[in-house]
Amino acid sequence: MISSDISTVLPEIVLAVFAMGALMFAVYTGKDKTAPMILWLTAMVLAGIGIWVAISGNGSRVAFGGAFVDDAFSRYAKVIILLSASAILLMSQDYMTKRGLMLFEFPILVALAVVGMMMMVSAGDLMALYMGLELQSLSLYVVAALRRDSVKSTEAGLKYFVLGALSSGLLLYGASLTYGFAGTTLFSGIITTVEAGHVPLGMLFGLVFIAAGLAFKVSAAPFHMWTPDVYEGSPTPVTAFFATAPKIAAMGLFARVLYDAFGNAVADWSQILAFLSVASMFLGAVAAIGQRNIKRLMAYSSIAHMGFALMGLASGTVFGVQAMLVYMAIYVTMNIGTFAFILSMEKDGQPVTDIDSLNMYSKHDPLRAVAMMVLLFSLAGVPPLVGFFGKYYVLLAAVQAGMSWLAIAGVVASVIGAFYYLRIVYFMYFGEEGDMLDKAKSPILWGFLMASAAIMVVGVVNLFGIEGFAAAAAETLVR
Amino acid sequence: MIGIEHYLAVAAALFVIGIFGIFLNRKNVIVILMSVELMLLAVNINLVAFSAHLGDLVGQVFTMFVLTVAAAEAAIGLAILVCFFRNRGTIAVEDVNVMKG
Repeated sequence: MISSDISTVLPEIVLAVFAMGALMFAVYTGKDKTAPMILWLTAMVLAGIGIWVAISGNGSRVAFGGAFVDDAFSRYAKVIILLSASAILLMSQDYMTKRGLMLFEFPILVALAVVGMMMMVSAGDLMALYMGLELQSLSLYVVAALRRDSVKSTEAGLKYFVLGALSSGLLLYGASLTYGFAGTTLFSGIITTVEAGHVPLGMLFGLVFIAAGLAFKVSAAPFHMWTPDVYEGSPTPVTAFFATAPKIAAMGLFARVLYDAFGNAVADWSQILAFLSVASMFLGAVAAIGQRNIKRLMAYSSIAHMGFALMGLASGTVFGVQAMLVYMAIYVTMNIGTFAFILSMEKDGQPVTDIDSLNMYSKHDPLRAVAMMVLLFSLAGVPPLVGFFGKYYVLLAAVQAGMSWLAIAGVVASVIGAFYYLRIVYFMYFGEEGDMLDKAKSPILWGFLMASAAIMVVGVVNLFGIEGFAAAAAETLVR
Repeated sequence: MIGIEHYLAVAAALFVIGIFGIFLNRKNVIVILMSVELMLLAVNINLVAFSAHLGDLVGQVFTMFVLTVAAAEAAIGLAILVCFFRNRGTIAVEDVNVMKG
């Protein structure tokens, strides 16, 4: 029935209509003068829809003949996506105003990207998957090139576009092969053709192409080349956005395709994911060591973190998916805090991203230095902070699935990776005296930094009960 | 008789040419955009061939979506390229190198 279909996708429709309405409003009235208002409004709408999705009942519903799935898994991912996008928008206001980047297109494009992400995590059909993915990607290409007068930003946009289009092409080729050999684009139809662990060869090719395309989107290792350049070149709030919401959406989509469509062929894709995971963890850990630019460093850090999240997915169990979901939630919280710190790094009113500029930061602003230290320790996975529990869960999932070698590789990579996080702490506390950064003023950034650091400490008690939600979400996905 | 294999072979060949066009091309970013388009069209041939072979219309519906998105993608790609050209004054592939990876 069309009315029940509409009520299932209502959050997406509301957000899409809001984005288009805001676009019309801004174009016909004050253009960029309305930007701060639209930014606040978008942030509020995103947060509002996040809360709405969170409290909107339980159970699973499908719409449009199975093309759109609304279940505990998609709701879990959507809540994190919406709340993190809202947080990033609020954080970006200060930076964007100071750099003359307060364009009304930015919040609108973020809202449209979020609609795409919500489609992705709810996809139940190859077509829905593709449309969601493209809506997200096309919006992100534009926001990467948001600073039109900067070579770096447009170059970041161009690189992201070329590699993103390539990955979409790979994914689509895989989708066409899957369609041809399964005879349907519905995930529920594909899974019945893969019965009893026997996968037709053509479909295996399809699976590999889809996995390669999605690995691009989550920036897993052999397909990570765009990440550092795009992170460095984009305006910092955009980088913060790239590091959070799209990663969850892509990881959620990855899990959905693998379990909903290829859930009977776990043995076939588990080794692909294990390879992606090991490669990402080591590349992220080793390549970040030489970086002096904190945005580039965060790019490699996110590659390494995606490796850990993929480890949970590779184990192919309910607990593995649960571990991945918990890990992603923790990862996003840590990144919001870290980017709140990076956004407030400036010298003489200009943003700086060099980690040398953090020399002796602790003398200058002890409270912020402590908060950043907590976040960096958490990113490195040092117990007893929350980041450690994220890593602990995925390692446990890998061991329980009989992939101890993967868990050992993860531990080694995380030890190597700890070096570059701890080096920043070293600079902040024991570095040489040098030019100081400006005193950070924005209360919003301060709030997000402190809240995120506090969550890393307080969350150890029970992780705010997020495990229960993640378990319910994993339960609905893995049958 | 031309069967499904022939269509798949043509599509696979076009797809591989598209990928090679992206990686081997050292001259011009426009050529990359053309290669991306070639890849998407190869996918369309695949989808239509499967659709006709299976007697199932979903593949052709999918093709319509792909065509639409490909047009939007080309528009955005060209727009970003124009911005890049204004800043850099060139669109040669080897000049897309302000940041080193």
